[in-house]
Amino acid sequence: MGSTPYSSMEQSPLLPHLFRTEFSRISAVLTRLLGVEHLEAAEDIASETFLLALETWPYKGIPDNPTAWLYTVAKNKARNHFHRHQLFTKKIVDQLYDESEESADPEIDLSEQNITDSQLQMLFAVCHPSIPREAQVGLALRTLCGFGIDEIATAFLTNKETINKRLYRAREKLRQEQVAIELPSETEIDQRLDAVLTTLYLLFSEGYYSESHDAVLREDLCLEAMRLCYLLRENERTNQPPVNALLALMCFHASRFPARRNANGELVLYHEQDESLWNQELITKGAWYLQQASQGSHLTKYHLEASIAYWHTIKADTPEKWETILQLYNRLLQLEYSPIAALNRTYALAQANGKAEAIREAEKLQLTSTPYYYTLLGELYREIDSHKARQHFEKALQLAKTQVDKQHILKKIATFE
Amino acid sequence: MEEYMLIFRHENAQNQVSPEQMQAWMKQTMNWIGSIAAQNKYSGGNGLPFDDARVVRATGADAIVTNGPFGDIKETIGGYIIVKGESVDEAVEFAKGCPILMGEGNSVEVRRIARGEVS
Repeated sequence: MGSTPYSSMEQSPLLPHLFRTEFSRISAVLTRLLGVEHLEAAEDIASETFLLALETWPYKGIPDNPTAWLYTVAKNKARNHFHRHQLFTKKIVDQLYDESEESADPEIDLSEQNITDSQLQMLFAVCHPSIPREAQVGLALRTLCGFGIDEIATAFLTNKETINKRLYRAREKLRQEQVAIELPSETEIDQRLDAVLTTLYLLFSEGYYSESHDAVLREDLCLEAMRLCYLLRENERTNQPPVNALLALMCFHASRFPARRNANGELVLYHEQDESLWNQELITKGAWYLQQASQGSHLTKYHLEASIAYWHTIKADTPEKWETILQLYNRLLQLEYSPIAALNRTYALAQANGKAEAIREAEKLQLTSTPYYYTLLGELYREIDSHKARQHFEKALQLAKTQVDKQHILKKIATFE
Repeated sequence: MEEYMLIFRHENAQNQVSPEQMQAWMKQTMNWIGSIAAQNKYSGGNGLPFDDARVVRATGADAIVTNGPFGDIKETIGGYIIVKGESVDEAVEFAKGCPILMGEGNSVEVRRIARGEVS
């Protein structure tokens, strides 16, 4: 039984693993029980629980059932908090209540079902429309995914103070608005679900496209977004077509994780990836969710993006592939414009209808502040006018902000030497 | 930024076209709309199917309903899109690319959309 203290703890990722999974479960259940105004207290109780584990386990050994141990401690701490708080309120309210009306201990239910329900309800609370988008993502990471402030700051490429302020304001907002921890009503659910999906989409993108050098952290962000999306899928009321579409999209993207980085941790672009590294199981799962998503008549951007991502899991360039991708981008842009979709559409156009037409279209976009606009033009001109192509890549280099982008563009320029 | 409606007018919608030609036109139209959307200038639009169309003349008890919009009307409206533009000229540039114009006699009408202004 855990005879060697810290050394063995460091070798085994047990505590970080437990923290990642159990912190959010404990705080979700407690927040639901105590009310959203006690969100921070609930998180404190969860934190203290882990602190006690860290202080106890190295000396007394890791308990046979670590999760059960954590739950027992959390329950006790919650009860203490409850009593303390009750005492405090009693003083304030000053005998408003009949003395005999002594309330019993709250029942702290850490069953699987209640944990799942609580987390799902927390997800809706965190994505309440009164909270700014950026703060929603941060709060979801902290409260639902158990990420530390350091990690969130790293993921957002900002500092701890900024994140702390953002989270503080978000919690204040939850308190002020008295956001209930519950599933929205039938009439409200579609609209609220929209906000939840946007947050999960951002959470995933944050991990997938993050400039952060911490590869493990990036993948964790994506996996957490997938887990929360899966939570929505598992509940009858939230298992809607857009949820399945988003989950499909995430599966297709995640299938390329092993192929996206080389041994040095550098980004490997789609065309240069070794497709034997693509995770076929995730691709199959994605295809199944996408099929589930096709029920109903409501077409969302997740449906379109998932379909585009599906076609990218087929490496061979066929006319059918690029024509389909082009039409999907045409529709996606009608639904919601974004510069990156406009650039990708133009790339698809080049593949489907040739580079001359794509160049004419690209020049209409005038997205002159993004390096990707010039890398696209450079690529399109490559075989037509190598002088112009090179100029475009050099312009892209001037605009590139990240090291990864600069390296990539330099490689492109080198091919003209 | 103003909004302009581009209205597609067809000279003779009953003209026989081959399915291949229809397919090609459809693709061209989708790419034309996609191109406008890629410039963040697309606001919306709809096709107006000819089947099940009616024309109503006169009002109330005197109303005459005919299957339309064919018959004595030579020109029919096949659909519209709404684009964003700094000026009517920009909207006209979009209109020039409309594949409908490849059909003989067809036209695209460009109209600014009023925004609750006092006229």
